[in-house]
Order: sequence, then structure tokens, then C-alpha cells
Amino acid sequence: MKRHQIEERFFKALMIASMVVVLGSLALILGTIVWRGLSALNLAMLTQTPKGGYYLGKEGGILNAIVGSLYLAGGATALALVASLPIAVYLNSYAGRSRYAELARLALDVLWGVPSIVYGAFGFIIMLWLGIRASLLGGIIALALLELPIMARGMDEAIAMVPLALKEASYALGATRLETALKVVLRQTGPALVTATLLAFGRGIGDTASVLFTAGFTDRLPDSLFDPAASLPLAIFFQLNTPFPAVQERAYASALVLMLIVLGLGLISRQRSGRLAKHLIR
Amino acid sequence: MKPQIHVQDLNVWYGQQQALKNITFDIPARGITAIIGPSGCGKTTLLRCLNRLIEETEEVRVTGQVFVDGADIYNRSTDVTEVRTRVGLLAPKPFPLPMSIYDNVAYGPRIHGRRKGEHIDQLVERHLRAADLWDEVNGRLRAPASRLSTGQQQRLCLARALAVEPEVLLCDEPTSALDPISAQRIEAQLQALKEERTIVVVTHLLRQARRLADDLVFLWLGELVEYGPAAKMFSAPKDERTRAYLAGDIG
Repeated sequence: MKRHQIEERFFKALMIASMVVVLGSLALILGTIVWRGLSALNLAMLTQTPKGGYYLGKEGGILNAIVGSLYLAGGATALALVASLPIAVYLNSYAGRSRYAELARLALDVLWGVPSIVYGAFGFIIMLWLGIRASLLGGIIALALLELPIMARGMDEAIAMVPLALKEASYALGATRLETALKVVLRQTGPALVTATLLAFGRGIGDTASVLFTAGFTDRLPDSLFDPAASLPLAIFFQLNTPFPAVQERAYASALVLMLIVLGLGLISRQRSGRLAKHLIR
Repeated sequence: MKPQIHVQDLNVWYGQQQALKNITFDIPARGITAIIGPSGCGKTTLLRCLNRLIEETEEVRVTGQVFVDGADIYNRSTDVTEVRTRVGLLAPKPFPLPMSIYDNVAYGPRIHGRRKGEHIDQLVERHLRAADLWDEVNGRLRAPASRLSTGQQQRLCLARALAVEPEVLLCDEPTSALDPISAQRIEAQLQALKEERTIVVVTHLLRQARRLADDLVFLWLGELVEYGPAAKMFSAPKDERTRAYLAGDIG
């Protein structure tokens, strides 16, 4: 065999190996969660809040954490979306490749890399300063800060891919930058914007450290933005930390619920963005 | 006759490189004016100056004046969207907007404030007919424009440009991405439209210029060599470079 053929095969084998590692890890994680948690998963777990002694193995469920997580991540994603979309549109349609825009992108990249416990601690300090205690609102704000760079940069990259000729087609009809951004660019990037939003939501709903101090934890459902709120990652943590195997199984079941929420949302949005995609210009 | 467009001392730089040098000429009202010349001579740059789309290019500098109906479009008080409403463009490669066939044609009229449904319906039909596309898309106006063939897409882009009712239509190598039959249909529509509109076509195809042009503008390496009625330039060019280019000796 010639040298370049050996090279070709070697790198092909490496690629296949890396794919096996990635897919294998995913299968292993899913398998473990399903295997350890499925037996503990039942309707009561999804529909009840923890009763007294739940963490000792008595009855109850994790409705508090499911609802809390949906509120937290939903609110944070909505908040991050409100900020990210204008940032991404502005960076592309107005700021272009100016130094200011590059600085803004650098800042977002740095923020992306900031560990979530830092957002949690930062949020906590601000809450202390303002005299707010751990609450749904505090958690939403801290999570929104965590999600913002992920969403904004994802949208920025998507919008940057829009061909200049498409924007020019709109400009040539006498459209302003704003009209072009809202009516052409956002339509063209619709599916990618949904993906960026979902990526941020997934990161938000799975994050533990940023909600630890800011949202707190409670066995009750939050009645208002100023009540503390439970979350699935923390519920998993607390249940896994008990010495009782039955409660630990519930932790895996909770993890399964978390995975199913993220997965289900992914599937729904994929189907939705397929409907958006039919108008896309390639 | 008063010219529709008058270009005066137009210079364009991309960064340090000068793309157009002291261009001065007139484009008469109605009829087809073809801008010809070899690749890289500044044809497209010149065309994009006529509706200020050139300003979308990065690091570009433009000096000089372009008068459309006597008003300088580079004047500071001029609204660029108003310029582009009066001077439309048909690009080389069709880029439909990411929406339905109907919405593509209605896009321009809608952003310019014409919103009445019935009125828009008539407008869409009229301009799809003017672009010779109506019979092929009637009945599926709500289908995505991206599903049309390239030739149909280019005619849709023509209809879309016409729907804004520009006085001048700029065409940048409008048939370069098309098969010969689609190209012929575009040419036929331009011939029909020239009765009521001023059309400026950039082309590197001499045969196309021969078929379409009432007037010619010849560019060579960023300079304007010669312009005037097409028949005159084809039969008796004044400049040696024009003669050589039209004869196929250079470029």
C-alpha cells in the first residue's frame, strides 16, 4: 500500500473512532439514566410536590422542581431572547465588522466561557445589595445572564451567514436596514434562531450553580416571582446525596425527566422550523 | 432631449485602488443603454453607483455626482431609499426573498406603504404579467419562491423590481446565470419595457449588446472611452480601443 493510502485509512479510522466515542458516550449516559431511573418514574412523581419525608423515601414527587425549572429556564430564555435578537441584528445590519462590533463579539465570547457559579455569585451579591432574597426572579436573571452570550453569539453567527446579495435585493427595492433585517434576514435565519434559542434553553434548564444561591430551593410551587423556586438539577443533587437507594433512584428518574423535556422541546422545534425552512433561499 | 441620468466626474475607490476614473456621460430617457467592456473594467461598479447600492460595499469611496431627473442622488439631503425606489435593480443571480411568490412581488409596494389587499392583488398580477411569469405561477402564488426554477426566479426578481414602479431599471448581467431560452425571455421583456422605462444593462456579451442596445457606453480599465447611439458606435467607433473591442481584437 502506498503512503498516501495508509494516511487516508489512518485518518478515516480516527474519524470513525471519534464518532464511536461521541455516540457511545451519549448512549451510555442515556442508558444509565433509563436503567437506574425508569423503575422509580411514576405519575405521582410528576404530579406531586414532595411530602414530609420524601427525601427519606416516603411519598411525593418532584413537581416543584419540574415547574420551577420550566419557569426559571422559560423566563430566562424569554429574557435572553429579548436582549439577544436586537444584539445579533445590530451587530450584523448596522455595526458590520467595525472595531466596536468585534469588541462586542469578544465580550460575548468571554462571557460564554464564564463558569456558571460566577453568574450565581454575581447575582447573589446584587440580590444582597438590593435586599432581595432567593427567588424565581433572581434565578431568572442569573440564568438569563448565563444564556445571553450563548444565544446572542449563536444568532450572530447565523445572521452573518445571510448572503449580502439577499440583503442587497431588499435594499435595491428601497427597503431600509430595519425593514430588511425584520422582514428578510429574520425569515431567512428563522430555523437557526430557533436552534440558538433552544441551545440556550437547554443550557439554562440544566444549570445548577447559577440557581443555587439566586433561586434557592423549596418543596412548594412558587406563587409569585418573589418566591423561591426549586429546579431539577438541584433536586437531582439533593436526592442523589441521600444515603437511601430508593431516593437515589428517584434522582435518576428526575434526570430522565430533565432529558425528556430538553429532547421533547428539541423535536417540537425541529418540526416547527422545518415549516419555516421551506421559504429559505439557498 | 434631456437625459434621464447624467453622471459627472464620478470616481470610485475600493480601498487604495481606483475602480472608476472621472466618468462623465448621459443616459437618455427610455430605451436601453448597454454598458460594455471587458471583465474588471468597472461596469458593475458604475451600475451600482446609479442607485447607491455601491455604498453597501465595505471600504468604498465615491466622489462626483449622479443626477437622476436633474437631482443629484449623492446630495446629502437625498434619502437613499427614495433613490432606490426610483432606480430599480435586477441582479445577475436571482435572489428571491425568503417568502412566497406573491409576497416577493408585494414586498416593495408594502414597504412603501401600499397596503390595501385588493389593490396589491391587482398589482401583483400586473407585474407578474409584465415579467411574463403570470401564466406559470397563477394558482400557486402562495408557494415558496425558492421552489421556482432559476429562469422563473429571475423573472420573479424582474416582477419584484417592477412592482416598485421605478423610472429606471438597472440590469447587471441579467441573463448570465440563465439558460439560453430563459435568457431570451428576459431579453424580450426588457425590449417590451423600454417603451416606458429607462433601462441600463451591463453585459459582457457583445451579441447581447447588439440585440438590445439603443445606446452604448464603453468602459476600459475604469475609464469611459466612448458613449453614444449604439448603431453609430458599432458602425463608426471614434476611438481605436472601441473599434478593437467591438471587432473582437481585444478584451
